[in-house]
Amino acid sequence: MNSNTATKAKPRKHPVVLFIHKLGSPPWFYDFAGKFIPWLWLIFGVLTVLGLYLGLVKAPEDYLQGQSVRIIYLHVPAAWMSMMIYSSMAVMGFIALVWRIRIVEILAMASAPIGAAFTIVTLTAGSLWGRPTWGTYWVWDARLTSELVLLFLYLGVIGLYNSIDEPRKAARAACLLAIVGAVNLPIIHYSVKWWNTLHQGSSISLMGGSSIDSSMLYPLLIMAVATKFYYGANLLTRARIKLLEQDKRKAWVREILKEKN
Amino acid sequence: MDHTPFIIAAYSIGFVVLLWCAVAPLMRKKSIARDIRRLIQIEERSRDPNS
Repeated sequence: MNSNTATKAKPRKHPVVLFIHKLGSPPWFYDFAGKFIPWLWLIFGVLTVLGLYLGLVKAPEDYLQGQSVRIIYLHVPAAWMSMMIYSSMAVMGFIALVWRIRIVEILAMASAPIGAAFTIVTLTAGSLWGRPTWGTYWVWDARLTSELVLLFLYLGVIGLYNSIDEPRKAARAACLLAIVGAVNLPIIHYSVKWWNTLHQGSSISLMGGSSIDSSMLYPLLIMAVATKFYYGANLLTRARIKLLEQDKRKAWVREILKEKN
Repeated sequence: MDHTPFIIAAYSIGFVVLLWCAVAPLMRKKSIARDIRRLIQIEERSRDPNS
């Protein structure tokens, strides 16, 4: 082999780097996401049925909370999701602002309505759990109030994004708001430690283990995993639709629509 | 106190909110696809004045 040809050979990209590069291509992302979505919905469905069966049928009632503990299998995973989605939206917002990657902008903005939905579920389920357990639907407690502020932040991001006509400018402005609003996340998490609140502290922690019995812990964790798949499926669906909308004058979108006809 | 109505209400609201959050983008997709097809038709007509 000629040594000159060996030195001139193009260096091969690492598969992970290649994958990240491909994700930046709208037609490739559209096709790739489309293959994943049905599987994500399927796993979400199976896990939800299993989690609800274990939580609503098999798990015992709590010695203090009684049957109302069953609301926890919805409330806690939704609360975790409301914070996790906001964190990922802020991280994606930062990436979008620094590296100007359009797909990441779209993913960040598509996260906001899903996060808002989980926050609404958290607040309503928590309120309905509070009535039989605390004797009230609502108190202006630090945890509840900071979670309500999270809902307003989500609504602010959605509102700001929709108020500007040019989608990339709109995404940049909304990403900035998402990053600034991330300051609320540690406030929500530590509110039960920093202030004397009616809301109880964490029963599960990544480092400190769990104080919940396994018969209640497993359905809770299964529901927590199920909601991640819901987020994945919903996020990719929304991102694909936003791509279609933004690229409606481009050839790849027209080819896809012609193929479907 | 009977807790059943609170449990049913919490899960019903959760189901409706999450279902709407999943279905709303699909409805949006239909209307976007319709708009794009209309746009393509208009462009094709403007290119071919005889049609």
